[in-house]
Amino acid sequence: MHEISLTVNGQVERATVAAGMTLLELLRDRLHLTGTKEGCGIGECGACTVLLDGLPVTACLVLAVETDGCDVRTIEGEATAGRLSALQQAFIDAGAIQCGFCTPGMVMSARALLERNPNPSDEEIVEAIAGNLCRCTGYEAILHAVRLAAGRLQGREASDGGRLLARDGEANSAPDRGEGGGR
Amino acid sequence: MSGELRYVGKPVARDDAVDKVTGAARYTHDLAIPGMLHAAMVTSPHASARIVRIEPSAAEALPGVRAVLTGETLDYRVGLYMVDKRILARDVVRYQGEPVVAVAADTLDIAREACRLVEIDYEPLEPVLDPRDALQDGSPLVHPDLGSYEHMKGVFFPEAGTNVAHHQKVRKGDFDAAFAAADVTLTASFYNPPVQHVAMETHATIVQTLPADRAEIWTSSQAPYTVRHLMSVCFGLPHASLRVHVPYVGGGFGGKAGVHLEPLAFVLSKAAGGRPVKIVATREEEFNTIPSRQGLHSTVEIGAKRDGTIVALKATYVWDAGAYADYGVNVGRAAAYSGGGPYVLPNCWIDSYVVYTNKIFGTAYRGFGHLEVLCGIERAIDQMARKLDMDPVEFRRVNLLREGETTITGEPFTMGHGSPVACLDAAAEAIDWGTPSSPPEQASKVRGKGIAMLHKAPAMPTYTSCAVVIKLDEDGAADVLVSGVDYGQGTYTVLKQIAAEELKLSIDKVHVTWDCDTAFSPYDWQTVASRFAYMGGNAVIEAAADCLRQIRGVAGQAFDVAPARIACEDGVAFVDGDPGRRIPYEQLALGYTFENGNSIGGPVIGHGRYIATGLTHLDPQTGQGLPAQYWTYGAHAVEIEVDTETGEIEVLDIATAIDAGKVLNPKLCIGQVVGGVIQGLGSALWEEFRFDERGRFLNPAFVDYKIPTAKDLPRRMQQALLEYPQPDGPYGARGVAEHPMISVPSAIGNALFDALGIEFTTLPLNYERILRRIREAQEGNEVA
Repeated sequence: MHEISLTVNGQVERATVAAGMTLLELLRDRLHLTGTKEGCGIGECGACTVLLDGLPVTACLVLAVETDGCDVRTIEGEATAGRLSALQQAFIDAGAIQCGFCTPGMVMSARALLERNPNPSDEEIVEAIAGNLCRCTGYEAILHAVRLAAGRLQGREASDGGRLLARDGEANSAPDRGEGGGR
Repeated sequence: MSGELRYVGKPVARDDAVDKVTGAARYTHDLAIPGMLHAAMVTSPHASARIVRIEPSAAEALPGVRAVLTGETLDYRVGLYMVDKRILARDVVRYQGEPVVAVAADTLDIAREACRLVEIDYEPLEPVLDPRDALQDGSPLVHPDLGSYEHMKGVFFPEAGTNVAHHQKVRKGDFDAAFAAADVTLTASFYNPPVQHVAMETHATIVQTLPADRAEIWTSSQAPYTVRHLMSVCFGLPHASLRVHVPYVGGGFGGKAGVHLEPLAFVLSKAAGGRPVKIVATREEEFNTIPSRQGLHSTVEIGAKRDGTIVALKATYVWDAGAYADYGVNVGRAAAYSGGGPYVLPNCWIDSYVVYTNKIFGTAYRGFGHLEVLCGIERAIDQMARKLDMDPVEFRRVNLLREGETTITGEPFTMGHGSPVACLDAAAEAIDWGTPSSPPEQASKVRGKGIAMLHKAPAMPTYTSCAVVIKLDEDGAADVLVSGVDYGQGTYTVLKQIAAEELKLSIDKVHVTWDCDTAFSPYDWQTVASRFAYMGGNAVIEAAADCLRQIRGVAGQAFDVAPARIACEDGVAFVDGDPGRRIPYEQLALGYTFENGNSIGGPVIGHGRYIATGLTHLDPQTGQGLPAQYWTYGAHAVEIEVDTETGEIEVLDIATAIDAGKVLNPKLCIGQVVGGVIQGLGSALWEEFRFDERGRFLNPAFVDYKIPTAKDLPRRMQQALLEYPQPDGPYGARGVAEHPMISVPSAIGNALFDALGIEFTTLPLNYERILRRIREAQEGNEVA
């Protein structure tokens, strides 16, 4: 067994882990951060993508012991101060979500892209999410979501923050933007 | 429904979007129950073998193992239409990947280690791998006891002593005479391989058995009530003793209809003394243990007159059902009554054989047999157009179903069916049909255009039904309870729009309850066949009317006017023509209280329901009857570019026209179309199961079984959503969720012929297959 200490979504976490435990198991089974999904367990589908020291990794292929001293970000850390990130809001506005199982990994891959390249070309967006499989959407709306988020973050659209969240991710009655909401 | 619509037809954002984009959405994968054990399975390495010996003692002795089960002790059979499957194999294994032993243990690691310790001796048998061979006299029988199996009588016709699980016939007119008299005839054969649904969430289930033969089930399913019913039948338990919960589901596409791992988790929990047991299929098990879309060999014969009128069509469909046919029989049935395409076919003869083999078995997959049969039909239609020297669009237009004609089962085609011809024209126009492609940028590339029609009706029992309950909250908001499942299609959002419209309530005061629970959610058959928005929508309309009836009754009493004089608007009931006399819903939701304290009414709860009406079983000999609640028609038109040096196809443009009747939510509807088209592209270009000569599955992982990625998108996708109303649909809507996938391979195949002049009859149209044929054609030319 190994003692490790890492930062997950800004919080210091200490854990005693077996050598064979993956980062995905640590996140889901120990830390109860089940937003990160397992779609294949062998690094082929991207559903478990998280940021490890700012870089996108498939958490099923990273051993927990390797993350000692590292900074890990998961989907649960994407909305801050009760507000959806611009990226999350763009996924909603672009209609980029269906069953939602690939969504956390997809958002994290897009997050990593926008942090290293705030103004990506379509080819760069495609490249960034090419390792994230989605069976529902046909990807087109996801590409649009990333484009939309990049544009908003660059100030090409007035709004840059998400809609207000009440506790535990429940949306409150603040008005929707984009085409959504139907109000 | 009069006046301007506030919500229906609007691009309302998904109800579940915030949960899903924050990671808060909880799927069965994510659930844990106190005391929960984890299960793993030992699966068969052989396609067909006798089980000689199972020695589980070493596994049983491993610390942390709580139950080890073999088929020997489980005297149960399961099946939706054909009760042909055991929970764990007994005596024989019938496909590679079939579960033989299951273990429940404290951790998944222990369960897997225990599985490695189980010793099993097999005596391999000669597998039946090709369904055409399986039809021959003297073929080994996959199910020697077929004649004794329970099945849905009067609908399915298994043939004892053969490998035929079901034979569906359609007979209309006199095919032989019409074919003999035709000016031009054609015979063509095609093959579709088995493929997988590949929902991103693999099948997962948790079952906890409880005292007095009760159980609680949490499962990643499209069918909570069907899971309950089939388990009730399988274990001989009252329905109410089983409580099925369905939380968020990570994709289904038909693969989570029926029943899958739930019975196994049930018997493991029972064997482990009532501890909850969780089984999650690995991705490999998802490919070779959980059922797939069955393969199809089809032969199509068409006879036509010189003027382009089709006079005769015959199709023979041989389905590679695999080892079990519990759902596959209905795929074979549905694909027969749709199996001539959306055309006027006065003389039609169809045989659809669902044939057992020793392979992974088939089940429902988005489009339910229609992608497969229309692959043959729509390619053969193009071939016939060429023989007649007619434009493929014109040839289709001449023969499409139209008012006054009947389908091949004798159903009159009416205006209420929508407009196949408008779909054809919209798709063709979108890619400038008739205008040659612009020249490719590289000399090694060639371009071509293709078109294909699609149609499908819900394939479901004649008595399929659905119920909805709407209850009003203290604050005047409405809770909509359903047990149809929204596993990504967006149906709950659409039902919410309809409920808000009908209840005269702001949409942010309407809630659809996401976690279905058979203890509280009203009945729905199962969420398949593109029927939920149609049936659930109709039931919501009725439930909302029931709520308003109660509201008007109480408000009328409060104002001492007849209920008919009460109008409702924006969450307020008022006296029509006297809007000052008004009561908001929150003062009516639980009953109304007068100033002196007297109270009337009571909690408002509305009930709505819908049942398929007028459907009949099909005549066993002729297939005549009314199988379809409604039909949805559409067309795809594509332009592709083929690299003759690599065999690679690039889709330049794909235009999809679907007659939705009424688009309830354009954003969600387009999402279904785009997603379906890309899934269809997977079937067209890349996806296939590969087996070795012993029937072992060779590519059960994403590296070897490629599904479309973000890199595979067409350069352009276009959608035309047509609105020729469905008279009995909610707001005129009909189902559209499966349809976009159907006929994508047909349209690509037709475009490929246009580009290369080579006929491809086997899917997928991958680089290797295309390049080989291009080389053969080049070599043939050199020899000539």
